[in-house]
Amino acid sequence: MTTAKTPRFAGRLPFRLRRPAVSGVLHVRHLLVWPVLAAVAFLTFCLTVAVGSGDYTMSLTEVVPALWGAGDPAGVFVVRELRLPRAAVALLSGAAFGVAGAVYQAVTRNPLASPDMLGITQGAGAAVAAGIVLGTGAGLGTQILGLAGAVSAGLLIYVLAWRKGTTGYRIVLVGVGISWMCSSVTYYLLSRGETYEAQRVLGWLVGNLNERGWENARPLALALLVLLPAVLMLGRPQRALQLGDEVAGALGTPVQRARLALMVCGAAIAAFATAAAGPVLFVALAAPQIAQRLARLTVPPVTASAFTGATIVLIGDLIGQRLMEDTVVPVGVVTGVLGAPFLLWQLARAGGPSGR
Amino acid sequence: MNSQRTAAPKRASPSDPAAANPRLVRRLPLLTVTPFLLVGLCLLSLMLGSRAIPLDQVLLALTDPGHPEASGQVAAIVRDTRLVRTLVAVLTGMALGLAGAVMQSLTRNPLADPGLLGISAGAAFGTVVAAGVLGVAGLLTSVWFAFAGAALASAAVYFLGTRGTSSPVKLALAGVAVTFMLDSLTSGIALTDPEALDRYRYWSAGSLTGHTAATVWQITPFLIAGVLLALSIGSALNGMSLGDDVATALGHRLGRVRARAALAVTLLTGATVAVTGPIVFVGLVVPHLVRMVTGPDHRRLLAGSMLVAPCLLLAADIAGRLVARPQEIDVSLVVAFLGAPFFIALVRRRRLAEL
Repeated sequence: MTTAKTPRFAGRLPFRLRRPAVSGVLHVRHLLVWPVLAAVAFLTFCLTVAVGSGDYTMSLTEVVPALWGAGDPAGVFVVRELRLPRAAVALLSGAAFGVAGAVYQAVTRNPLASPDMLGITQGAGAAVAAGIVLGTGAGLGTQILGLAGAVSAGLLIYVLAWRKGTTGYRIVLVGVGISWMCSSVTYYLLSRGETYEAQRVLGWLVGNLNERGWENARPLALALLVLLPAVLMLGRPQRALQLGDEVAGALGTPVQRARLALMVCGAAIAAFATAAAGPVLFVALAAPQIAQRLARLTVPPVTASAFTGATIVLIGDLIGQRLMEDTVVPVGVVTGVLGAPFLLWQLARAGGPSGR
Repeated sequence: MNSQRTAAPKRASPSDPAAANPRLVRRLPLLTVTPFLLVGLCLLSLMLGSRAIPLDQVLLALTDPGHPEASGQVAAIVRDTRLVRTLVAVLTGMALGLAGAVMQSLTRNPLADPGLLGISAGAAFGTVVAAGVLGVAGLLTSVWFAFAGAALASAAVYFLGTRGTSSPVKLALAGVAVTFMLDSLTSGIALTDPEALDRYRYWSAGSLTGHTAATVWQITPFLIAGVLLALSIGSALNGMSLGDDVATALGHRLGRVRARAALAVTLLTGATVAVTGPIVFVGLVVPHLVRMVTGPDHRRLLAGSMLVAPCLLLAADIAGRLVARPQEIDVSLVVAFLGAPFFIALVRRRRLAEL
């Protein structure tokens, strides 16, 4: 009789200490990938600040002093008021989309799930379109409108998916329904509005970092500061939910409460990111999957997804700025086009998406 | 599909002559009422709009436009605008209802719909590429791009959604993902060209207006081909609903049936989307409504969907004209807004969990 040999060391290093009484499993690959991804995100951020935005060319020796206000005042303005906030919004929103995607993919147990497929982003879009075309709550600005729309869509999805508790698949499907409803409202408003209004709405809908300043970056940074630790603290139930509701419940996870908490955090993070940068498509879908493969884990890792998402948005925005001579291509278009090969890769991968 | 069969009432026992064939009794209204409903809705569609025209004037304009009592303006509105619009609605509804019914059977997925599963988005992408990038003008050329887009999208969704274990949720998500990808590419094309944007935002909303009689004649051959193909596989779909093995044992060639079904869906969806833009949820809702009456027999289901779907689309179109008078709401938005709650109600039914 032959038994398949399982390697003792499969990238995991179980350990147990007598005193203090601590035991656990070290995911070696994750620990190695994590700092690399962080460094890549940081370097892309620096690169964006150094070469980003517009025709004003500066050498690296001018950019670095300008960061703390030394040198040519015009250069200081360009770096501190134009490039730095734009790069910050890109970094933060990318990280937020990555985290939200990781949370949603774990909660729904489906690698194709992400807040921008499940109606949260569409809720934000409908609210912003209403604000621009109808003038409802126009004083609030697109940021707060987008936030309100996303949060109400998330709540609606959760309530409608509730039937003696929720399940991952019902959240997905109700989200699909809500997303169609919201986008039908958005398209109605688009076809009703003037051309310049439609252009504005569509420009926002596609995910755009033009004219983003510190006022967009600050609320997002604050939200991440609060919500990211919350998500990290929910890491254990998040990993347990991946095993299925029955197994997770048997392991002692309060399934419904954990799912609600994770969904609220994920929706709020996605809402803040969408409010700041507009819906940048496919980042929330792709970043967790890439991070998960790099780290060779069974669950999308939260912080590694954040770094990956940040890198994707920063690079996407940089490409969008440099792609054409006279216009800036919105970052959402770049990520949307980059998302196509990603989906095909998902297609071609052996076994396909492993959502059960 | 499972849910439908188990939800259907149990067949009456043969010993109970009073309820010899209850389904026939329930089927009668479908056969008798629906055609009248369709004709009535067509007439309403000709009468109502930003200017209401009484029925006798409509009939006069249709039958005898040279009559001394007929006004030329009314004749122009009825014959050139509303008649074409009504015809487009009937053809589109028929095609989408049929395509939805075929897809639900083929994928054994109660949530299948040409719009939900990204096929309409594929056709829309093909059309926009033809118009915006290649500069193709004319429906007869661009419709081939719509077919190509629809076929590619359905292949992508099918492979993405059925690898490993297949489930309705996976297929639906794959459809959403592909729709998103194509939409962002489409709006990327539209954004670089403001003129294209202006045309695109009307067309992308899914509209029955602004067509000519020539349009109707140009897509009709494709639709007839699609309808014939779809109706010809009714009994094969019956066999396939019992499982692939049983269908093979009954003598159906699965590969051929699937290929014909896919071709039918591509023809029906591509041709309508090239004209009206994507319209979601008609193909989802109608087969479920019809199945409540006909039961699981696909020959009746397909024919019934062809009759009921135009009624739904016409009713939605008329509602869209009346709600926001004197402005109009595009029919696809009305359908999506009303269809989404139906979809959610369907999802909330417990049976789906067991699929």
